[in-house]
Amino acid sequence: MKNMISSAPPDSPDAVAVSEGPLQVDVVAQPATKAANTNPWVSYLTRRLIRLVISVVVLVTAAYLMVRLLPGDPARLSLGPEATAEQIAVRRAELGLDASVVTQYFHFWENLFHGDLGKSYSTRLPVFDVITQRLPATLEISVMSIIVILLVGIPLGMAMGEATRGGRNRWLDAIFSSVTGFLTVAPVFVIAAISIYMFAISSPVFPVAGRSGPSSYVLPVLALSLSSTCALARIVRAETFNVLEADYVRTARAKRMRKARLFFHHVLPNLVTPTLTFAGLLFGGLIAGSVFVETVFAWPGMGPVVVGSITNRDYPLVQGIVLVYGVLILLINLVVDLLIAAFDPRSRITKL
Amino acid sequence: MTILTTVAPATRRIRSFVHQMRTPAGAIAAIGTVLLVGLAIFAPVLWGAEAAEVNVDVIARGPSAEHLLGTDSAGRDILLRTLVAARTSLMYGMLATLIGVTLGVIVGCLPSILPPWIGRLVTAVVNMLVAFPALLLILFLAVFFGQGATGAVFALGLAIVPNIARLCQTMTASVVGRDFVSAAKVLGVPRTAILFRHIIPSIADVIVVNATMAAASSLTAMAGLSFLGIGLQAPAYDWGRLLSEGLARMYVSPAAALTPAIAVTLAGIVLTMLGDTIGRAVGVTPVISMRKLAGLPTRSAKPEPDRGEAPHPEAVLSVRDLHVSFPALGKWVTPVRGVSFDIARGERVGIVGESGSGKSLTALAVAQLIEYPGRVEADAIVFDGVDYAGMSEREVTSHAADLGLKMSMVFQDPMSSLNPSLRVGPQVAETALLHGGGIRTQASNQATDRLAEVGIQNPKMRARQYPFQFSGGMRQRAMIAMGLMGTPKLIIADEPTTALDATVQRTVMQVLDRVAVEHGSAVMFISHDIALVTGFCERVLVMYHGEIVEDISSADLVEGSAVHPYTKALMASIPTLTTDRSRPMATVADFMKEDKA
Repeated sequence: MKNMISSAPPDSPDAVAVSEGPLQVDVVAQPATKAANTNPWVSYLTRRLIRLVISVVVLVTAAYLMVRLLPGDPARLSLGPEATAEQIAVRRAELGLDASVVTQYFHFWENLFHGDLGKSYSTRLPVFDVITQRLPATLEISVMSIIVILLVGIPLGMAMGEATRGGRNRWLDAIFSSVTGFLTVAPVFVIAAISIYMFAISSPVFPVAGRSGPSSYVLPVLALSLSSTCALARIVRAETFNVLEADYVRTARAKRMRKARLFFHHVLPNLVTPTLTFAGLLFGGLIAGSVFVETVFAWPGMGPVVVGSITNRDYPLVQGIVLVYGVLILLINLVVDLLIAAFDPRSRITKL
Repeated sequence: MTILTTVAPATRRIRSFVHQMRTPAGAIAAIGTVLLVGLAIFAPVLWGAEAAEVNVDVIARGPSAEHLLGTDSAGRDILLRTLVAARTSLMYGMLATLIGVTLGVIVGCLPSILPPWIGRLVTAVVNMLVAFPALLLILFLAVFFGQGATGAVFALGLAIVPNIARLCQTMTASVVGRDFVSAAKVLGVPRTAILFRHIIPSIADVIVVNATMAAASSLTAMAGLSFLGIGLQAPAYDWGRLLSEGLARMYVSPAAALTPAIAVTLAGIVLTMLGDTIGRAVGVTPVISMRKLAGLPTRSAKPEPDRGEAPHPEAVLSVRDLHVSFPALGKWVTPVRGVSFDIARGERVGIVGESGSGKSLTALAVAQLIEYPGRVEADAIVFDGVDYAGMSEREVTSHAADLGLKMSMVFQDPMSSLNPSLRVGPQVAETALLHGGGIRTQASNQATDRLAEVGIQNPKMRARQYPFQFSGGMRQRAMIAMGLMGTPKLIIADEPTTALDATVQRTVMQVLDRVAVEHGSAVMFISHDIALVTGFCERVLVMYHGEIVEDISSADLVEGSAVHPYTKALMASIPTLTTDRSRPMATVADFMKEDKA
């Protein structure tokens, strides 16, 4: 995921780390001073934003080609099988299909900037309107799930890592591993079904369908976040094990500090990068999860639109969804990378 | 030799698999896989007709004696339908995996056969696709294939391709860098031949493990597509379809939805566990099984010959009958067995011995840094008047300031012993901050002084940098500076120069020497470099198989008056200018054999 565009790290560690003998120090140490003085954030942000722009261009081109490469005439497809030849010809002109492929491609971009994603074949509504109307409900449960995943998964994983490292508390280890293992593998729709059974049928605590009031959010968010929370907790635990075994933690223990300080000051900063990297992947997965959750709980988000667009072979709608979700994922990746850069000095200086 | 190297790994692998099958997880994975495959093969034959039988008399009934889990909207038995659906669920999941893994391996290996620039392009495209979640790819592809099983299987399979391809690329790249591939290249072996003869066999294990994991997720994803109505179409059914049919009647008969839900989850778990088991079997991860440990390690009953005396009252460090044990592969191993020694105030004592002789563990035990599950037992570990032998973790904590300020540790491998996420200055200053009053500016000024003391130029600026901006020699000097924040009575230096080149090694030794003289510290210097030790220390302890076999002054050792055969062999194996270079380099083992004969 890193190194996608820039290949060689600009400053190899050798270039920065200098000065062995006392004599050559001042001569060689200069570049290191300079590198430290120019703000590494500027070049990092520049490189990262260039990468984002390239990714967006690739995404848009792919989305365009997807529909263009399909067999069949878009004009005929949009009008249905009973359209006359004249109607189709009018439609072709309307859609700009008579122009060259290059012109059409630029026309596609132009429309994008105007928020024009074309019209749905099945409902004849503008795709842009359908998405803007449906997306907020999906974003609501997704953002809530992200918060739950981070707030529960990270502390749980760290606590379990400390409690079960090196074979301590083996029964706790066994319980944690089997429960989170089960829930990580269980697909979202299974968790949704089981949660309906437990919280709505066996003991009716929460509503099971629709979006109405705070309590209606509980089950969808639970179903959407549970697997990812467990997966993150497992990863964080494994990373905690790694860090606790690292030589530098032994160095820290030789300084004789309280456990809390050891953990928060020496261990935690080293967990940030792997945790956020994995969390970023999980957030991408939430988009898929939300389709299932919304189907099960009749949530008025993008889920039904996604399923419907495939069932109806509604190309403009699929194209719009791919574009919007694609951009969302690129933005999530951007935020994750920026957070990692903020916490981990190595990432913004040595790699992208 | 050739026979040994080709046969041995195979037998070891079989043994490893057998071992894994005996662990609870391995056994469950094996039994579960057999059951799953058995169901997929036999269930449709046995119950296929019965499961398809429509019975209008018992539509949507709850559990009964005849229908254990009730019936669906056409009066068909839910349990039987779930069992029969094992075939479709498993089959389509496996098909998708097969497509995905095959294409993935091909795409992943392309860069190593194609011209470099096309290879790089393929790599870039794969990297970009990996970042995209599978659902988007499936969405993308479902448009091409349309709804239905074929489309879903292809879409799922193609969605696996980027991950497997990426894995292959990374693995291939690491294998290509290895010596045997370079050798084959130099010999002019064609690239495709290299690929099939060398690269694919080396990455096969990892591919198999990941393919199993991919199968688990394909199985659940296929069920998911069917659940949404874009996978299998009626009248065919798999667990996903059964679940979506059951969900609508959840309030009437929960079993209709829960049974297929549990089936798909169990199948996913079985396949994941299978992947884990294969991974453990082909990997080299050591298995620590605590339950099989027979009791705790017992110290040898034989009394120590002449070291059984009481701890030396004048010594800064006095160790008596130290044992360090660890659980490994089902039994306790004791790498340090009955070590006793004294270090006088200001004395420099070297500990030499080969890797695994227990040198570093002795040092860690003295410093109270051996962690669970390791066990330390001793009659006495007296440091600066306090006996730490048998102290609980809490008791040791109450002496934290003593240990932190008076005993300083200089660890080996400066690359990994400094915290990569923290600036060097605060790391050096921390001891003073913790035990020396806790004033931040004072501690950081002291740290800057100490960094200057160990010869780091421009210490103020360097203190603000991170370890990765330091060279190896500078990091090692920073480690020494870290040990100097208190007034160390004992410096324990564990191979402080091993990772450094000869010039830097000298500088570090000079720093250590100056520091020990200035602070009047005793030094416990651990190394396998006898020349370095005899040059720096007054006395040398030789460790062999966890015991101290020789306690000798450096002068006597250099003169050649060592008594123990191991020490003699160790000294004899050091090549000198007069060593006969036409003969192979002698090892300690050669000399030991000679001595016995």
